[in-house]
Amino acid sequence: MFYRETGQFKTSYVADMAIFPIRQDRIALWMMLAIAFIGVPLMDAFQVWPFASEYLLRAILIPFLILALATVGLNILTGYCGQLSLGSGAFMAIGAYSAYKFATGVTIGVVSLPALPVLLSILLGGLMAALVGILFGVPSLRIKGLYLAVATLAAQFFFDWVFIRVPWFTNYTSSGSVTAPALKFFGLTVNTPIERYLLCLVFVCVFALLAKNLVRGNIGRQWMAIRDMDIAAELMGIRPLYAKLSAFAVSSFIMGVAGALWAFVYLGSWEPLAFNIDRSFQILFMVIIGGLGSILGSFLGAAFILILPIVLDQIPHALGAPISVETVSLLVFVVTGALICWLLIVEPHGFARLWATGKEKLRLWPYPY
Amino acid sequence: MKKLSLGLVAAALSAAAMSVPAMAQQNEQFFPLLVYRTGPYAPNGIPFADGVADYLTLLNERDGGINGVKLTMEECETGYATDKGVECYERLKSKGPTGASYFSPLSTGITFALTEKAPGDKVPLLTLGYGRSESRNGAVFPWNFIAVGSYWTAADVAIQHIANELGGFDKLKGKKITLVYHDSPYGKEPIPALEARAKINGFTFKAVPVTHPGVEQKSQWLAIRQDRPDYVLLWGWGVMNSTAIKEAAAVGYPRDKIIGVWWSGAEPDVTPAGDQSKGYKALMLQHPAGKFAVHGDLDKFVLSKGKSASKDDYAQVLYNRGLINSMIGTEAIRTAMKKFGNKPMTGEQVRWGFEHLNLTADRIKELGFDGMIQPLQFSCQDHQGADLARVQQWDGKEWKIISGYYKADLSILDPMVKEASDKYAKEKNITPRDCSKES
Repeated sequence: MFYRETGQFKTSYVADMAIFPIRQDRIALWMMLAIAFIGVPLMDAFQVWPFASEYLLRAILIPFLILALATVGLNILTGYCGQLSLGSGAFMAIGAYSAYKFATGVTIGVVSLPALPVLLSILLGGLMAALVGILFGVPSLRIKGLYLAVATLAAQFFFDWVFIRVPWFTNYTSSGSVTAPALKFFGLTVNTPIERYLLCLVFVCVFALLAKNLVRGNIGRQWMAIRDMDIAAELMGIRPLYAKLSAFAVSSFIMGVAGALWAFVYLGSWEPLAFNIDRSFQILFMVIIGGLGSILGSFLGAAFILILPIVLDQIPHALGAPISVETVSLLVFVVTGALICWLLIVEPHGFARLWATGKEKLRLWPYPY
Repeated sequence: MKKLSLGLVAAALSAAAMSVPAMAQQNEQFFPLLVYRTGPYAPNGIPFADGVADYLTLLNERDGGINGVKLTMEECETGYATDKGVECYERLKSKGPTGASYFSPLSTGITFALTEKAPGDKVPLLTLGYGRSESRNGAVFPWNFIAVGSYWTAADVAIQHIANELGGFDKLKGKKITLVYHDSPYGKEPIPALEARAKINGFTFKAVPVTHPGVEQKSQWLAIRQDRPDYVLLWGWGVMNSTAIKEAAAVGYPRDKIIGVWWSGAEPDVTPAGDQSKGYKALMLQHPAGKFAVHGDLDKFVLSKGKSASKDDYAQVLYNRGLINSMIGTEAIRTAMKKFGNKPMTGEQVRWGFEHLNLTADRIKELGFDGMIQPLQFSCQDHQGADLARVQQWDGKEWKIISGYYKADLSILDPMVKEASDKYAKEKNITPRDCSKES
């Protein structure tokens, strides 16, 4: 009933090929965008609860957006192209450190670049991640599945090592920790939480749209063909070299940009530990929980993995229960772990499939079958 | 329906969690406590957190707070992780009627991240013996207070003690000193100071990293056995310290030639290695373990009433350090109250209090910290306030103080602080304050 598309006739190819062919979806999307782009800044400006403190923006929304972006990146590689990767943290780190180098002025051989604008640096950081992604994607032409995961794990450990050991990347700081330059965009300095939030939101929207269109197009179909059965895909004339490496490139690019944002916008000062193996696993869990091969799922997965522990952590205190912090943090592990197990048993395809099922039920409501 | 109601309950719960109940009781000073009571660093995080909390409880129980302002606190578990620490900071920074008094994250990584955020939020950071060494320069880092000592102080004092044991600075020439360090900003901080000393005193310096969390150190100690350095400096934290001692014993490296930093010199660092730790030395952030005058009050007002956070770490090294941390912080608030009146202080006012804090010997005695800490004074320029440290040795049962006070050589360290903080100021576009004009 809610999703009845009766009467919505598609009279042109454009309408038929739309990202959201159902009108209700489009309305919902525009409303979400309106809330995100207009509602949140308005609520922040008027200090409406829960925006009265910066907590929601700075500790929840900004990391959520950035990690969702990284999840979209990994989802292209793992969800759409079927290449299991444990190197997300490394690609994020490459994005972050390259962006840092470009933003503080870099000399490579005889070429000496001045300090580049932050926006350009972030995009170049993504580009560097894409190049390295292609390099580490080459083994995927020969090895598959778990073996590939181990190969990408090598990337993770290698870059952990590189950024700790090679002082050039940190501009020779004694502690190995670097601080992001001021966030200047076209002469404007992005500083307040709401500005940082909007910055991340713009990045996420642009890249989510890009990713969605890529996976709907020719190249996305090639990725999915490779995922579903690479030999059959090859027989149909899809070049695995091109398909797999392009997936690695696009995915690493997005993850690199996410890494640069994580470092510049969220942390401000970071060390290689911010992008260690735990980050790779976190992103992979987000993809799996959200749903492999779904852009929407990336957002849902990121929200679940990031926000649930934070909320659980605060419940006992908010209710005034006298439980010590160590018990709470252990409880959070237990409950989150149990919820993940439960979810994967009930719906192995993640939140995206849950939503798809729900949508189907809503369409047939009140007579679902 | 059942699912729907479950969802509603979940939504209500999460809403309750988001809405931090800001029970704005006016006369309260809020202390945010970033702690880690879980994870690989918990053995060291717990005693410190207990000491911090117990001293605040003591002030509440004995004096009714500070000048009639009650102290409230809330702990947030960081697990020593930087991103979790940032989340905790955001969660706690604006609680209480005047916001957070100051943060002491007890993690160099979190300190680095908060250093970027504190000036914007106007919350001071009190980092007792850890954090950015160059943050001593208050002109560039107005919000950081690296009280009592930095890693550069520690490195310098450690070399001085080695020279003392060898019988003079000239004996250092040609010696080999190896640093075994936690591979993070924490462990890397002392390297420039040690390199500077190596150049001056002519010893060979080598740095050997240990990856987080430090339970795997076999190859490092095998390399040390091959290399046979005259002394090993240990810059570890959590399980890394006891592992290092065990590995040193396994390769037969004499423990009395190992000197740990003051974060590697507490009971949880030596007891897990049992008899193998006998002879192991460590720097002291001035204070030892054991009971002092303040512990009498703690016994009377906190422990006997069952209000202590401590279980079995009472009067241990890190517990006492927690007490000192809270003492310096609350004394800064007291100083601020003298100027701004006896009401809850804002972060800005507390910062003023820190900068004008003068802990004289008399005041320290009055507070019951006599013997734990030497006089300490901050100023606009100097956010460290002291350069003294001692050395202690583990005799198998307890820590024994084996040296007098060493004073770090400021003719070496001051130029380094200046250079590093100038570089930071340039990178971040900060114009240093002119301290001659500050009141």
